[in-house]
Amino acid sequence: MTPDLVLDCRGMRCPLPVIELARQIEAVGIGGVVAVVADDPAAAVDIPAWCRLRAHDYVGPGDPVDGIPSFLVRRR
Amino acid sequence: MAITVRGVDGYFGYFDAASTEPLHPAAREVLLAALDDGWADPARLYGGARRARLLLDNAREVVASLVGARTDEVSFTASGTQAVHLAVLGTTLGRRRVGNRLVVSAVEHSSVLFAAEAHQRAGGDVTHVPVDRAGRVDTDVFADLLTDDTALACLQAANHEVGTVQPVDDVATSCAARGTPLLVDAAQIVGRLPVPKAWTLLTASAHKWGGPAGVGVLAIRRGTRWRLPTPHDERGSGRVPGFEDVPAALAAAAALRARSEEAETLAVTHHDLIERIRAQVPLLVPDVEVVGHPTERLPHLVTFSCLYVDGEALLTELDREGFAVSSGSSCTASTLRPSHVLAAMGVLTHGNVRVSLTRTTSSEEVDRFLDVLPRVVERVRATAGVDRL
Repeated sequence: MTPDLVLDCRGMRCPLPVIELARQIEAVGIGGVVAVVADDPAAAVDIPAWCRLRAHDYVGPGDPVDGIPSFLVRRR
Repeated sequence: MAITVRGVDGYFGYFDAASTEPLHPAAREVLLAALDDGWADPARLYGGARRARLLLDNAREVVASLVGARTDEVSFTASGTQAVHLAVLGTTLGRRRVGNRLVVSAVEHSSVLFAAEAHQRAGGDVTHVPVDRAGRVDTDVFADLLTDDTALACLQAANHEVGTVQPVDDVATSCAARGTPLLVDAAQIVGRLPVPKAWTLLTASAHKWGGPAGVGVLAIRRGTRWRLPTPHDERGSGRVPGFEDVPAALAAAAALRARSEEAETLAVTHHDLIERIRAQVPLLVPDVEVVGHPTERLPHLVTFSCLYVDGEALLTELDREGFAVSSGSSCTASTLRPSHVLAAMGVLTHGNVRVSLTRTTSSEEVDRFLDVLPRVVERVRATAGVDRL
């Protein structure tokens, strides 16, 4: 899946990747996909949890970027 | 010199009982007396030694009766953590011929998980039982994960971070049907709630019930295959190497007796105070998730997470307002990893606050906390520029 927007959150500690995602989610249209690239260990839990709280879809892990995990979110 | 710890003097809110409670007044008296009467070596044969032995046996008897064990099943360890390590590694060693698998819930205390890691490093297998969003294991899933080569299953009585009480009796039934021993880490419930009866091994920690630190409890049912996983010593207890701290054990027993007598009343009070926090926090603070099971829970503990909030900043601000709480957020952990409990539940790990009440927590302290918290969260969010997200 090719994301519509990639957020480079490498080096950011929690809760910054989730804050960045919240700030940018509306930059894509409804149904658009945002990829959050984050090496913070909390991101793997907090991004899906944020999607649940904000009623967006957590798509799952995306392709790693330079070995750093990414997480895909579809805006609803 | 007197050391005054802010937060236990009745005005400020010391809300971290799940980490430790101040010494129970009943324990203090006994401790002081036992320092004079019980210092001798209980393994020796002269008068003072026999007195120390008597006091130690008395402490074991009291603790055993209050956790539902026989006296000869109970040993004192140097900590709850040591009790867990001995329970896990001693049983896997004793049952090596049966199998090499350890089945543990994903939300066990780190002492269980680190013992499981040690078991794995030594060539053993470990199965983690998942939990639902409330932090509870599913009895059927747990039963399905028990295998013929399972040496030991581990399930906490209640979770230390979110307060969820586990279905220990049902899991114990599944374990018994297969002949699998079950370790119940009862650290959070001993002295607070009735202790489950159907364990094979049980561990607890005295400073959680108002006893002194440095006293753990290891109970092993008669007939359980168990071997000391550490070097033996010459003192002959066979269970826990090293010189027993007789005065501390006695004080721990006194605290547990006093605490058990208060338990029912305190549980009612705590249950209501926590219910107030559970109900009010989501009304007073925007974007908060209260986590843990709403009804199958410890009476004195609640955990919630505040969206977009840095856990460390929140703890620091609450401390400044006089409230001592703890957090499972990664920024508050030395490892920079979020709490494995919150992660296993799939709930927000940042902005996390755990409130756990002591025996002296008052209704006014809780009200004051509910008054202060919304402003503190608002301030932390405003500082980070996330208040309009």
